[in-house]
Amino acid sequence: MISKVLKYSFSDLIRSRWSYVYLVFYLVLGFTLLFLNTNLSKAIITLMNIVVILTPLIGTIFGVMYYYNSREFTELLLAQPIKRSSIFLGQYLGISLSLTISLVAGLGIPFLIYGLFQSSVILDFIMLLLSGAFLTFIFVALSVNIALLNTNKIKGFGYAILMWLFFAVIYDGIFLISLVLFDDYPLDQFTLVASLFNPIDLSRIMILLKLDISALLGYTGALFQKFFGTYLGSFISFGTLLLWVIIPVSLMTRFSNKKDF
Amino acid sequence: MISIETISKLLVRKSVILLIHISIYLVPLATTASVYHVCETCQIKSLGEAVVTANRHDTIKVRSGRYECTNLEITKPLSLIGETGAILDGKNLGYVLKLLGDHITVRGFKIINAGKSYTKDYAAIYAFKASQFKILDNEMVNPFFGILIEKSDNGLVQGNFLSGESSKEDDSGNGIHLWHCKNVDIVDNEIHGLRDGIYLEFVDSSKVRDNYAHHNIRYGLHFMFSNQDTYLNNTFESNGAGVAVMFSKFITMKKNRFLQNWGTSSYGLLLKEIYDADVTENEFKENTIGIFIEGSTRVNYFHNDFSQNGWAVKVSGGCYTNKFFKNNFLSNAFDVSYNSRMNDNSFHGNYWSEYTGYDLDDDEIGDIPYRPVKLFSYIVNKTPETIILLRSLFVDIINFSERVSPVFTPDDLVDEQPSLKPFQW
Repeated sequence: MISKVLKYSFSDLIRSRWSYVYLVFYLVLGFTLLFLNTNLSKAIITLMNIVVILTPLIGTIFGVMYYYNSREFTELLLAQPIKRSSIFLGQYLGISLSLTISLVAGLGIPFLIYGLFQSSVILDFIMLLLSGAFLTFIFVALSVNIALLNTNKIKGFGYAILMWLFFAVIYDGIFLISLVLFDDYPLDQFTLVASLFNPIDLSRIMILLKLDISALLGYTGALFQKFFGTYLGSFISFGTLLLWVIIPVSLMTRFSNKKDF
Repeated sequence: MISIETISKLLVRKSVILLIHISIYLVPLATTASVYHVCETCQIKSLGEAVVTANRHDTIKVRSGRYECTNLEITKPLSLIGETGAILDGKNLGYVLKLLGDHITVRGFKIINAGKSYTKDYAAIYAFKASQFKILDNEMVNPFFGILIEKSDNGLVQGNFLSGESSKEDDSGNGIHLWHCKNVDIVDNEIHGLRDGIYLEFVDSSKVRDNYAHHNIRYGLHFMFSNQDTYLNNTFESNGAGVAVMFSKFITMKKNRFLQNWGTSSYGLLLKEIYDADVTENEFKENTIGIFIEGSTRVNYFHNDFSQNGWAVKVSGGCYTNKFFKNNFLSNAFDVSYNSRMNDNSFHGNYWSEYTGYDLDDDEIGDIPYRPVKLFSYIVNKTPETIILLRSLFVDIINFSERVSPVFTPDDLVDEQPSLKPFQW
């Protein structure tokens, strides 16, 4: 049943104007970047900033928007003999997959045309897309949760944007201030742990270590390199990203089961 | 009147004197051309024997083969030439060749098994108080010290290939090591896998040119107390800590390449206590720190390329009246980093890839000044762990606000005339 709901919401979304806008945006971005600068690895660094900030934002907005827009349809589905978890999981996967496809196609096509397969940065590029996909899945799940908990659209939107703002900017601010304040203490363990608690930071660091390694190899940077650069480190970071998907999704099924529609 | 006889007698006497003179000058010249051959089937079977037999200014040619040679002292002017396949084996006992006189040439040998010691600086080729020496086209495999030259002058070290397998600093020696020398040219050598690639201490008026030092465990080039030297067109790649230049005056560094010196305390170039130097047309690429400057004064940096370094230029205390002009700063994580608000150095007319200003009067010079020191680099200096927030949105925001109104970074550290286009030379 879950696949049917998924199919429906996926085809609904993939035909919608916004997915096209999103796809076209990434296409234009990819082509412009590569047109201005044919160096693929530099283009990937520029893209990193965009992917790490923008995919969570788009995911957040789409998640909330889709939930509120398809509310009537959801209520119709709820009247049918379908498990609640199938409905919400199906919708969730529909949004996340369509966004991920827009991202992968939108960035993949320009890079393929500019000779990605002949270049040595293909793994870094895959890493970028993979973190983009993870961020989409994470932030759609988080925003659907927010929407489930708030019947009021305005409030829901507000909280969702605040959530994005928190992870994208505020978290780093608090992180930075606490690092500076507790300067006298050994901070490396704390830094490693704190970076695991923010999926945006985590993806940024993972991509940075692949691409822009030079600064991170100084003094303390080497410690992070030692952690994130090893197989164990990559395993832990990807595991953490996976947890960041699993926990909000399980919360989502829980909230949806309990919610009184 | 002088008779014809007396004239003819005089002529004869003169020609005899002339002949005697010719024989005096020419005969020794003719004997210097003598060449001794060393091989297993020759009369002379070892290099040591040949060195004893040969007269001043003779040439000794060593044919292909493996010869045992330990602590061989050469005190007279000789040319030792190894033909293809000539190998000198030091049997791990000590020095291999010791050049202790003037006008000695050593060319074309492969030297293996030079001794290692914790108390003596054994070297494959050792020169002491030698003048006009030439060490050319030799290959040294896994030596302790490769070429060690002390208190010598007017020499040439060219085209040598030194390779080692050192892994620890305390039980390895340097590739080309000069101590108390003058007017020595070190040209076109390749050194890898040793402690320091090239090490100069108290070496004046010398040239280091076209060398390639890579994968050495400490420095590619290391020099101290060495004045009036020129470093030209060398490449230093992936050495443990890069290149260190300390306590020297009137140095010229030109067209060198400093590549991929990565690590916790690694830099492309360290300048410590350097006065009146010129650093021109060098390339610093992918180093953790491009140039680390400490206590250096009146150094001109002109036409250098800094690309993709962690820190392009890191300025520590006590640096006065240094000038940076017409350099390219391309995609560095931090262009310039200071550890205080004091600044006495000038940055003028450089190209900064992160510059975002405009140029209304079309003179290819940006109309808005550029501030190369970011707030974030100041924070990282204070709390190194914050480097983990590199390139995050929050950091971009605080950098922007600091750029608008500097509070923590030196407010007079400004490039008033940033170039809009990278320089070519």
